[in-house]
Order: sequence, then structure tokens, then C-alpha cells
Amino acid sequence: MKKYILLFAITTILFSCTKDDGVDFTTTSTPITVTFTQNFDGDAITVNEFNNLSYTNAHGETLSLTRLRYLISKIQLHKADGTTILLRDYNLVDVTNATNLSFTTTDNIPTGNYTLSFVFGFDEVDNQQNYIPLNTVSWNWPAMLGGGYHFMQMEGKYTASGSTTQEIYAYHMGTARVSTGVFEVNHFTVNLGAVTIAENQNIEIKMNIAEWYKNPFMWDLTQLNNTLMPNYTAQKHMQENGATVFSLGN
Amino acid sequence: MNMKKIIYIILTLLLTISCSKDDRGVAAVYVPTPAPLQIPQVFSDNILPPIIPPGNPQTLEGVALGRKLFYETLLSADNTQSCASCHAPANAFTDDTQFSEGIDGLLGARNSMPIFNAAWNYDNKFFWDGREFGLEMQATNPVENPIEMHNTWQNAVQALQNISEYSFLFEQAFGSSQITKMNVVKAIAQFERTLISANSKFDRHLLGTYTLTTAEQNGLNVFMDEAAGDCFHCHGNPNNPLWTDNKFHNNALDATFTDLGLGEITGDPNNNGWFKAPSLRNLSFTAPYMHDGRFNTLQEVINHYSDGLQSSTTNDPLMKNVSAGGNHLTPQQKSDLLAFLLSLNDTEFINNPNFQEP
Repeated sequence: MKKYILLFAITTILFSCTKDDGVDFTTTSTPITVTFTQNFDGDAITVNEFNNLSYTNAHGETLSLTRLRYLISKIQLHKADGTTILLRDYNLVDVTNATNLSFTTTDNIPTGNYTLSFVFGFDEVDNQQNYIPLNTVSWNWPAMLGGGYHFMQMEGKYTASGSTTQEIYAYHMGTARVSTGVFEVNHFTVNLGAVTIAENQNIEIKMNIAEWYKNPFMWDLTQLNNTLMPNYTAQKHMQENGATVFSLGN
Repeated sequence: MNMKKIIYIILTLLLTISCSKDDRGVAAVYVPTPAPLQIPQVFSDNILPPIIPPGNPQTLEGVALGRKLFYETLLSADNTQSCASCHAPANAFTDDTQFSEGIDGLLGARNSMPIFNAAWNYDNKFFWDGREFGLEMQATNPVENPIEMHNTWQNAVQALQNISEYSFLFEQAFGSSQITKMNVVKAIAQFERTLISANSKFDRHLLGTYTLTTAEQNGLNVFMDEAAGDCFHCHGNPNNPLWTDNKFHNNALDATFTDLGLGEITGDPNNNGWFKAPSLRNLSFTAPYMHDGRFNTLQEVINHYSDGLQSSTTNDPLMKNVSAGGNHLTPQQKSDLLAFLLSLNDTEFINNPNFQEP
């Protein structure tokens, strides 16, 4: 027993010594929280706003949300010296069930200046892995469409401009099928720019749903409202429009 | 020195505890035999572990008692009905009628639900409308329901307490011969959690020991094709072999509702007509189908999704082409889809000797 205590003491001292030599004591480390919020051109959306036909897209359809889940992966901080810190390998934001709307890092992150990036969906490597938590919530993308996982499931009702008839839409994104057995990656990387990490920093990643419908592709929901998963053109328009969907909160 | 002190205190405490027990004549704390669920590989490969409440671990004695109670007619007011009356193993633990008759000959308004893989119902919401949380709480309901067993729990517990064998079995399972309502439903829930179905042809296909027929494979493709069956958004997929999401949906059965389903429970009119998606396992044993048992055959079910969808304000957006009645499957697609669905039957499950009346 005494031997172990001695060993422990020596080890502790040794480690302390290395630290004294190498670490800049002006840097502190902190857990940080990343929060995902949704809005429609600035109108905040939580599950409480679901089922209300309250939003008008650029093309003129009035729409509601009944279900919204989306997958973010490789959430990373980048330092000026080129090193990166992985904050989370993936996070399935489920607005409907109010789960994973935020996460706090388990590791402490050194305070300082970084840039923040993530992948919307999974890249082609990650999308081939087996994720038991994602299977459990039926997040899989059909093998005939290239397999892997959904990137987004956004559903609700809409009325066409000048109409009161409610129709349904299901805007689902994942791997794009070019033709039978031929698939094209459909994820995209988002660089959100500079972030400063201070003690217990909270980073807000905002999703402006209106952007999915307008920039650069003007989305006509009366034409593209369901069976979008096997629709190659629709999948690529989602990828294009996704580029301007995300931004940092204050 | 500190360490020695702590060890001394612990030893003293242990001695004290042992002594007081010895004084009362109890040999040791009774612990029933742990019997963790055997998780099938098709589940452990793909989905998260089952939900076991910390206050009700699986034990050999608890499961055996629960099995006996599941078949126990003393739970009903006139001693004619048990859980198994409406949840028979030959029917994958449902019955074969549209509505089940209670002890007074009254009928419910909903189809009896089958029971299997209930420990993998991660949200733990039970009944078609999700109104009870946890299997234990679910089991409290039928005993007192006036259109079912129409008993009181006080009577049911007393009837069991009058039988010395039960005193012994409860002592074995829970360490107390004093029977309580909570221990009755805990035992029943333990038995129900052992009702695991994971040996269908399709499960064996996932394990590489069965090759799907052409019709079964084509049927899977119909199931997984958003432009055809599009069943997978609610009913699982080869990576989620529960074959249900255990969530609530309005599957476009009706334009207006006589039964509000989830909406009745949440009070949210947007949930009107929403019911829990049942698993597609064991369909050959569980007719009739839907929350109100309106369809007698699987052909009728497939025809509903293909051609019979009814538009309402609370339709799940996953119900595609509802204004056209559905995706209009071809006769070939329908028969292939049926072949695939039948590959989810698990005859070993319904014949499992551990599940029959003891």
C-alpha cells in the first residue's frame, strides 16, 4: 500500500513538473455549450409553434411544421495554427421531441479565438458507419437511395398562394441517387466564422428555415412537396440552399 | 490512519447490521435471482438496450410469478378472465376479435394490442393512445376497467393473498409475502418484458442464415421506396428491426374522428386521430388490424395505404398523396409487400414454451 502511495506521489510530481515546463498559465479551459435554434426569417420556432400555418416562403406558400429533425456532424473549432478540436462527432437535433437542442462538451476547451465549422448530415465516410442511437430513432436512409442516414426530416402542411386547401409536405434530405445504384454525396460543410471561447461559453447555431426555400433556388412547394428522397434534382437544390441556412447567434 | 479508521467504522457497521438481523432471526437480505433479458443479436447489432425500470429488475422468481399472474383469472371480479383472455400467446398476445369482451359482456372500442418487445418501447408509452407510462402502470388498468376485468385492486390482491402458494411466490420474488398491487403489476411487467420476438425469417436473413425469396426482397423494396409503399418512416427498417417507431401518427383512416386517440390524452386537437404505430411482426397471428380492428385481412390494410387514404386536418405529413387516396401500388407490388410482411412472422415466439400457461 505504502509503495503505491509513493508511486502515486512520484507520478504526481513528475506530471506537475512537465506541466510547469510547457503550459502557458494565462490560458484556462472550460466546458462549452452549443445550442441549436430555429427560426423563419427571424421568427423563433420551437415545438410550441408547430402546426400553425404561420410562415410564408419566398415562393408564396404558407406553411407549418409538424416534425423537424436534422443531423449535424464533425462540429469543430479551428485554431489559427491549424489545429482543430472536435466538440461532438454528431448531434441529431430533434425539435419535435425537444431532444439534443443543445450539448455541453465533456472535455474542457482552452479559451481563446477560433473559427467554427460543422458538416450538415454525414460525409461519405461517416455515412457508412452503424450508429445504434440513430437506428433506434428510425433515422436510416434507404439502401436503394445510397443508404446511411437522413440529414433532415422537415414536414408539415402548406397552402398554395391564394388557396385555403391544406396540403402536406415532407422535405427529407440525404444521399442523392443519380440513377439505380449510382449515388452522389449530398452533405455540405458550414463554416460559421470566428468565435471567442470564454468561460462556459454558449455558442448558438441558428437555422433559418426560410433559406431552405429561396437561396439560390426558389423552391415551389406546390411542385416539390413529397417523394423528394429519390428526386435527384430536389436533393441537389436542398444542398445548394443549405449553404446560407446557418449562422451564429449573438 | 484515516484509512484504518474508515475500515474500522465500516467493519463495525457491518457487524452491527449483521447482529440486528441475527436478532430478528432473518438469515440475510433476501435477493431474488437476477435474470437479465437475453438480448437477441438482431437487436444488439442495431438498436439501444431495452428499458428496465431501476425499481423492477428482472428476476427468475419475478418472471415466474408474473407468468402465473398473467394467466390468473382471480384478477377479474368473477374469476373468469385473465390477461391472457385478450392477450393469448397463439395470437402473439392479442386476441382474434375486433373488440374484446369484458366479464360483463361489454365491448371496448379498441382492438387488443399484441405484446412483444415491449421493453424496447423506449418512450414507455403504452396503449393505442399512449396514456400509461411504463408496463407496470399499463397493467394496473385492465383489472379495474369496468369493460374489462371490472374488479377492484383490493379484491384482486385479497383473492391472491388467500392462496398460500401466492404468499410463498411473492416472498420469493419480492422478499415479502404481503401481496400488494404494485408487486402484482411488477411481476406481470417482468414476464411481459421476456416476451421477445426476434426469430422471424427476416431476422434470420439479417443474421445471414436465410435468403429472402424474390417476392420478399421485392416487397422489402416496396416497403423502403418513398415513391411506393414508404412504410419505413413509421414502421422501422432492416436497421431498426422492431418494425415500429413506437410513435403516434394519423395514418389517414378517417376524414372525421369518433375516437380522438392521442388528442384525447394530450388535449391538443392537432393530435386528434393519432394512434401508436404497431409493430409489423407477427401479423399473421394478430388480425384484425388498426386501433379499431376495422380490417380483417392484410390485403385490406395494404389497400388502405395504397388507395384508401382519407384526408383530414391532422393527417401525418408522412401519408403521401393523401388527396389521391395513396400511392396506388400495382397488384404485383401489393403481393410482394405482403410476402415481405409475412417474413416478419415469428412462429417460434408464439410457441415458446416459456410463455405458455404454467
